[in-house]
This record gives sequence, C-alpha cells and structure tokens, in this order.
Amino acid sequence: MLGLVSFILSFSLIIFLANTTTANDRKYNLGQIATSEEVAGWDIDVRPDGLGAPIGSGTAFSGEEIYAEVCAACHGDFGEGADRWPPLVGGEGSLASHDPEKTATSYWPYASTIFDYIYRAMPYGEAQSLSYDETYEIVAYLLYMGDIIEEDFVLSDKNIGEIEMPNRDGFLLPDPRPDIRNTHGNPCMSNCQVSTKIIGKARDIDVTPEDE
Amino acid sequence: MKKNKKNDLSNFKKLNRRDLLIGASSIGAFSLAPKNLLSEEVNPENLPPNLPEWTQYLGDGVDVNPYGMPSEFEGHVIRRNVEWLTASAESSVNFTPLQDLEGIVTPNGLCFERHHGGVSVINPQDFRLMINGLVDREMIFTLDDLKRFPQTNKFYFLECAANGGMEWRGSQLNGCQYTFGMVHNVQYTGVKLSDLLLETGLKEKAKWVLAEGSDSSGMTRSIPIEKILDDCIIAWAMNGEALRPEQGYPARLVVPGWEGNMWVKWIRRLEFGDKPYMTREETSKYTDLLTSGKARMFTWVMDAKSVITSPSPEKPILAKGLHQLRGLAWSGRGKIKRVDVSIDGGKNWKTAQLHSPVLSKSLTRFTFPFEWNGEELLLQSRAIDETNYVQPTIGELQKIRGVNSIYHNNSIATWLVSKNGKVDNVRLG
Repeated sequence: MLGLVSFILSFSLIIFLANTTTANDRKYNLGQIATSEEVAGWDIDVRPDGLGAPIGSGTAFSGEEIYAEVCAACHGDFGEGADRWPPLVGGEGSLASHDPEKTATSYWPYASTIFDYIYRAMPYGEAQSLSYDETYEIVAYLLYMGDIIEEDFVLSDKNIGEIEMPNRDGFLLPDPRPDIRNTHGNPCMSNCQVSTKIIGKARDIDVTPEDE
Repeated sequence: MKKNKKNDLSNFKKLNRRDLLIGASSIGAFSLAPKNLLSEEVNPENLPPNLPEWTQYLGDGVDVNPYGMPSEFEGHVIRRNVEWLTASAESSVNFTPLQDLEGIVTPNGLCFERHHGGVSVINPQDFRLMINGLVDREMIFTLDDLKRFPQTNKFYFLECAANGGMEWRGSQLNGCQYTFGMVHNVQYTGVKLSDLLLETGLKEKAKWVLAEGSDSSGMTRSIPIEKILDDCIIAWAMNGEALRPEQGYPARLVVPGWEGNMWVKWIRRLEFGDKPYMTREETSKYTDLLTSGKARMFTWVMDAKSVITSPSPEKPILAKGLHQLRGLAWSGRGKIKRVDVSIDGGKNWKTAQLHSPVLSKSLTRFTFPFEWNGEELLLQSRAIDETNYVQPTIGELQKIRGVNSIYHNNSIATWLVSKNGKVDNVRLG
C-alpha cells in the first residue's frame, strides 16, 4: 500500500515537473505569467504607426478649453511657453538658424509622440490623469496651432498614425560617429600646429553658481 | 579631565568628543557649512609639539552613526546644480563633484541626479517588472524573483549625453563639476537581460525594446535588441548596497557605454516590438541638431572623453613645486588605451599614467606629475580608447556638427592656470 502511495506521489511529481518545464520551456521557473488585464493597465505607449493608440477622439475646437485649463499655466495660452517652461508651438523654419526653436510642431517628427508623452507625463505632476478623449483634444489643439490640421479635424486612434508632421524627414540615421578626423590612435605629440590664443573665459560670462 | 583616561562606560558620556566641543564653545568652527575647511586657518594648538584633543580624549563610540557619513570637514564635497538651467527641481539635474573624488568609484551619495518627474518612492514589495509584447510569455517579476537569477557585478560609467552641453559655443561654466559632472561610475549588481529573457522567450520579429520607468514622467526609451542581449542589466544594487532612491530604487536599467537617459530608473516595463517607439526622449530630446537643420537620431554611444579634475577651477594650485595632475577618462566603446596631457594648450603632449583597474566602459584614473614655478599653464587632457578613437578638440566637433547639437560634446577642455595659481575654464581658438 505504501508502495502504491509512493508510486502515485512520484507519478504526480513527474506530471507536475512536466507541466512546469516542457510546457513552458522556461529555464529558471521564476516570475509569473502576466494577465491580459495587467498588461493592458500598463501598456500605454503609442507608436508612430498608431499601434497602441487607445480608442478615443477629439478636435482642436473642443480642445481649447481643456488646454486652457490644464496646459496654459506653464505653456502659455497659445503654446508660446511661460517663464522657463517650454513653448509647444512656433519656430517653424528656425531649425537651420543660429537660434533654433525645437517645438512639438516645428521639430517633433510624429504626432503619436505628442499623444504618448502628454498622456503618460502631463499635466506635470498629475501623470495619467487625462482621459483618452481629453488627450486627443489637446493634441488636436496643438496641431491646429501649428497649422498642421484644421480646427474641426477629428483626431483619433484611427488616424493619429497618418498625421504628416512638418519635420518628419528631419532626422538622420544611422549614427555616423566616429565622425572626426581619424588619426588611428597616433595624434600629434610635439610642436603641434594649434592656436593657444584665449578667445573666451567662463569667468567673464559670470553665470556659474557660487557656494553660499 | 586631562588625567581621566579610564576607558569605562561610565565616563563615556563625559568624554564624548562632541560634548567636549560644546563645552569649549567651539562648535561653530566645526559647523557643516559647505566650505573647504582646508583653506581655513590651522589651529597651532593641534600641531607638534602640542597634544591635540583628539589624541587625548575618547571619541564617539560605535553606533553614534549607524549609517556612517563623511567627515564633517568634507561638507564641501556635494552635488551641486545650476538653478537657471531648468524650470523645476523635479525635472532637473545636478552634478558630481569630480574634482574632490579619487580613484574610479563614485560614492553613491555623490552620483549626479537627473530626474524628469522627481524621485519616486517605491516599497520594494510593490515593485513589479512587466515584460510584454513580442515574447513567448508575457510575464511579471518581483524584486525577489530578479534576485534569484544568476547575477552579474560590473563597473560602468553612466554619462548624460548633455554633459558639457553648455560649452558648445564657448566656455560658460567655470568649474570641473559643472562642465564634466554629469557622469558617475559605480559597480552594479543585477541580472543580465539575456538571462532574464530566457524566462519570457523572444519572438523572431522582436527587434526593439521599449524600456519604461514607473516615475511620474513615465520615462521611455527604445533600445535595439542586439544591445539588450549584449550587456544590458536590470540592477538593484550599486557599490554593494541597494540603489539609492534618486538612482532608481529598487531597480533600474543599465545600458553600458550608452547615454544615461537610456538607463531607465524605477523600471517597470520592457515591451518588445518590431520597430522603435519614437518616444519624446528620442525625438524631441537626445537628437543632435546640425547646422543644416537636420538632426542625428539614435546617437547612443558615449565617445571617449577625459577631464583634468585637479588642478581645475575648484582646485587651484596653492604652492610652487611638485604637483600630481589628476584626471578621469572613459569611453563607451571599450577600454581607455592612453591619456595624453598638455600644459601648453595642446602644442606638446606627454602620456599620463593610467591606474588599474582599467575596465571597459568604466571611468579610468590617470595622473601626471608636474613642477609648477608660478608660470601660466594651459592644461589639457586627451583620451584614446582601444578602438584608437582620439578625443577631439571642440573645433573639430564644431566643424562637423555646428554649435546647436547640445548633446555628445566630448571635446578637450582647457584649464588656464594663472600666475597666482587660480584656474579658469577657457576656450582657445
């Protein structure tokens, strides 16, 4: 009888091991399988092609009010920025100038990024408090201020991957570095032809913090 | 009191050094004010042939400081920030005091901070790492789960891509700390992602990872899968103890040799996909604008760089004679092979001594002895890594990239030593 119990226990153990190893093919058997509900709660990113965009929609017309309520205090009534908080629109045509203005509408290559960032991180200090519709409305309002869509354009999960941003083709890939003169590890060691004239001193700029 | 040298506990309180100091009304001289007390006057009473108080009386017992802190005379060795740089301290940066550090290990409390939504406070019991997307099994790991995997212990530098970003147009900040201090170097303990991913499996189409933080900025970066499987780590410890809250407690991503922004702190999720996610950080930030108006994207590697930490604007030369020039060098492409030093603004160079250990993608310490006799010097250092990459001048970088790229300024800096021993950050041209 004991032998039979022992046999059954051993058999159960073999089945148990078989279930956890071969069925999963996991090397360490650590961690838990995530449920679809758990993943859905945290998987909030939106990709340029619109993958991940949550169901919802909004227009610039409807977005003006929510923008004024939760964005304007830091970013200005027209996205022009306030104090040291960044402007959100403007700067078109400035990227090749001495003082480029890199805003969401002049520089950012994808509308999806604006949605993704606002939903996950804004308003500053109240992350993920906006509804999906509110987020679409705010993005639509910014795109409207940047002359990228019309005021009554209905921005949604269906078309956010198709918005053509002005600086879409403004980025270079792949990384070309190392991009400096290659001296094969043997740079000049003596009597090198370099200018040693001092043309600027940080002390004269006088913006360095000092200990109290 | 002088004769009371019994080492029994009944006398301990009486002989506590702090009590003695209060009794002598001299506590003001030992305040924690962040000043370099080396520059304060010495007390001749403590010098030979006299007997200093600390030689005669008992000091603090054990457990006065259950977690030890630096000497009160080191109060000037702190992280510092530049307030005008940012709109809010919760989305800001401060700088490692490289000029006061020795060797290659950055003490945990001095590692520079860069936050985008403040420091998250996370009970490790509530920590979860989710792995989803193009994997065979979408999974969730606790911190205890992670610690049961095979572990790795590695030294790596972490440098913000914007380190030196204020110096593109000219010398702006007069300090080693402010111009080079967005770098730190610690030993990480964690699990290699190549091990962790054996649990989830990977779909063939998985080419990119979205790493996501659980802080209030929801920090996100896309990382190619080759890098993830090569040497990336989920780390829970630095320099032998748990990560500091400001460095991502209880767990962060380690992306050796690549820009610090990718080392997502307070990590909560890794999503696998077939394309990059083009997050805010890798499009609107951390792209390098050229004079053409086009910007380089996905410039991840931190190229070779070096800095003379002393003498430096914070470390003037105080006496004529022999000095040890000290500095740090590092490269995101591997080991440092050589560091050259110039005292005449780059006309003539001599090779400095590298100190072991010389590790891949880690800070490397160098020194160079020199005599100073009160003359003006133009100090420079130049790193060469094992790929034979030579640290460039700012002129070489500007010629190719202009002055608006903000990130990846790995150029040679110049410290002017004046005849009075003061040191200035200057630009040559």
